[in-house]
Amino acid sequence: MDFNLSDEQRAFQDAARAFAQGEMAPYAAEWDEEKIFPRDAIAAAGAMGFCGMYSPQELGGMGMSRLDASIVLEELAAACSSTAAFISIHNMATWMACTWGTEAVHSEFCEQLVVGEKLASYCLTEANAGSDAASISTKAIRDGKGTGDDYILNGGKSFISGAGSTDVLVLMARTGANDSGASGITAFAIPADLPGISYGKNESKMGWNSQPTRTISFEDVRVSAHYRLGAEGEGFKIAMKGLDGGRINIATCSIGAAQTTLNHAQQYIQERKQFGKPLAAFQALQFKLADMVTELVAARQMVRLAAFKLDNNDADKSTYCAMAKRFATDIGFQVCNEALQLHGGYGYLKEYPIERFLRDTRVHQILEGTNEIMRVIVARRILEEGATDIIR
Amino acid sequence: MKILVAVKRVADYNVKVRAKSDNTGPDLANVKMAINPFCEIAVEEAVRLKEKGIATEIIVVSIGAQAAQEQVRTALALGADRGILITTDTDLESLAVAKCLKAVCDNESPDIVLLGKQAIDGDNNHTGQMLGALTGWAQATFASELTIDGDSATVIREVDAGLQTIQIKLPAIVTADLRLNEPRYASLPNIMKAKKKTIDSTTPADLGVDVAPRTTLLKAEPPAERKAGIKVEDVAQLVDKLKNEAKVIS
Repeated sequence: MDFNLSDEQRAFQDAARAFAQGEMAPYAAEWDEEKIFPRDAIAAAGAMGFCGMYSPQELGGMGMSRLDASIVLEELAAACSSTAAFISIHNMATWMACTWGTEAVHSEFCEQLVVGEKLASYCLTEANAGSDAASISTKAIRDGKGTGDDYILNGGKSFISGAGSTDVLVLMARTGANDSGASGITAFAIPADLPGISYGKNESKMGWNSQPTRTISFEDVRVSAHYRLGAEGEGFKIAMKGLDGGRINIATCSIGAAQTTLNHAQQYIQERKQFGKPLAAFQALQFKLADMVTELVAARQMVRLAAFKLDNNDADKSTYCAMAKRFATDIGFQVCNEALQLHGGYGYLKEYPIERFLRDTRVHQILEGTNEIMRVIVARRILEEGATDIIR
Repeated sequence: MKILVAVKRVADYNVKVRAKSDNTGPDLANVKMAINPFCEIAVEEAVRLKEKGIATEIIVVSIGAQAAQEQVRTALALGADRGILITTDTDLESLAVAKCLKAVCDNESPDIVLLGKQAIDGDNNHTGQMLGALTGWAQATFASELTIDGDSATVIREVDAGLQTIQIKLPAIVTADLRLNEPRYASLPNIMKAKKKTIDSTTPADLGVDVAPRTTLLKAEPPAERKAGIKVEDVAQLVDKLKNEAKVIS
């Protein structure tokens, strides 16, 4: 067992850090304040190889492991966790289009998706289907007319990252009966501007302001069958496979944010003086910093462990991804929050980046499966006979 | 046209380096290491010359511990074609480095040797000049612009008085200053491609270079800590202090 990064992993990390510190960090506050979706910076990230990290090399992707992708993504998140999170969602949607797409999908979208020239949104959640994702009601009905090969899409999606500013929608819709549950769901990758697709207003949010979030409505949208990903009824399985990696990604974004706020706090408490000495001279605050770094290291290692399990197709990969997502997003938010506390009133000001990271990481505890759902997944597994021995 | 670029492994410029407690040198344990920024500029310049169709091959060379392979790999990811790593466990002085580079020049016959003007660890600003003397080739140090024209080069140098333009015959030694260019980022595809490029390993002994040190490091100490300033009572006291304490006015 070797816990050190390899030379190549360090090279990935160095490259990602140099890019993120040069092209993202200086602008992140403005993107947040002005609600700017930084398409140019994301395209530059695409030229670096960050937009198709675990997509197959045959289609122009990097073919990297999830662990390597996590090392890269953490550096991006350390600069702007909101933009990094969007890039991670794009990576996931791109990977789905590459993995289950037809040749038509590959040639129409994938070549440009993997380099960030086109961007993708992932559309699963609906107004009435959040944690209970298998209950989605957006319908895709086979159209008997014409070639009989098309689907007609009706319904709506909510909380869609990038919606209105992206080019491709990877979406889940019901092709089976209303009561068909998970087995009646089918995945599609469609152009984002098909007739009948309309977008809601950019939601006003607490954080994640560098990416728009909109509802999407589908009204008699005609979708060619070649846009289908996988077979009919395979959609929920594809969604869940995507989410294992998506959970590692979101957990990673929390780690990157926490690292940055820890860096700031470590400096600040040595500079700021009260009662005639630096804050760092007070043991209560030393202990706080010690706990922050200890928990951050633990969370990072857990994320990397889960990524390793996913890369090696471990039978319990989903459980590990759920544990890592729950733990790292809770710890990530907590570290940001404590870093803010250590900054006192200044941490609450937008002049310092701490409150932005805090606002951006808060949603990580909610999306990609809430942390409550993560506990459901973990508890379900650990209650099985013999399951307690598996973690040894 | 063949270009040889020398790169040095140094502590990353973001790192706050501390002296070892026994004052024998800087404490580099667990310190992030990187390619010397001026060397990175030299690599970038070579890559741009290749992109312009002027250079045909870029060879990157580093001298140091085995770990310096990482910096050679970085240069390969930035666009160099192949690498040479001269391994040694001793800290080399500038003259020894220049002699090693001279040996590489003898073997490779480059048309241009590009180096950083200095490394940010020793800040010596020796190697390029010494290599110029050892090879007898023309040298243009502190370059902020490099234009190749057949078998000569025009170099704009950053000197104390401003900018100086000189023309030199090739082969030549050129050392890069800060404003020569802005290096690109190594992309993931290029990092992956760099993995497949060859790095030949050799040693100073194999090159027939005597690297025995000519100087002895007596002590490495951190600079004295800055003392807190004082508030002056009035202008008269300020003037007095500037005159008699700081001695900046008379």
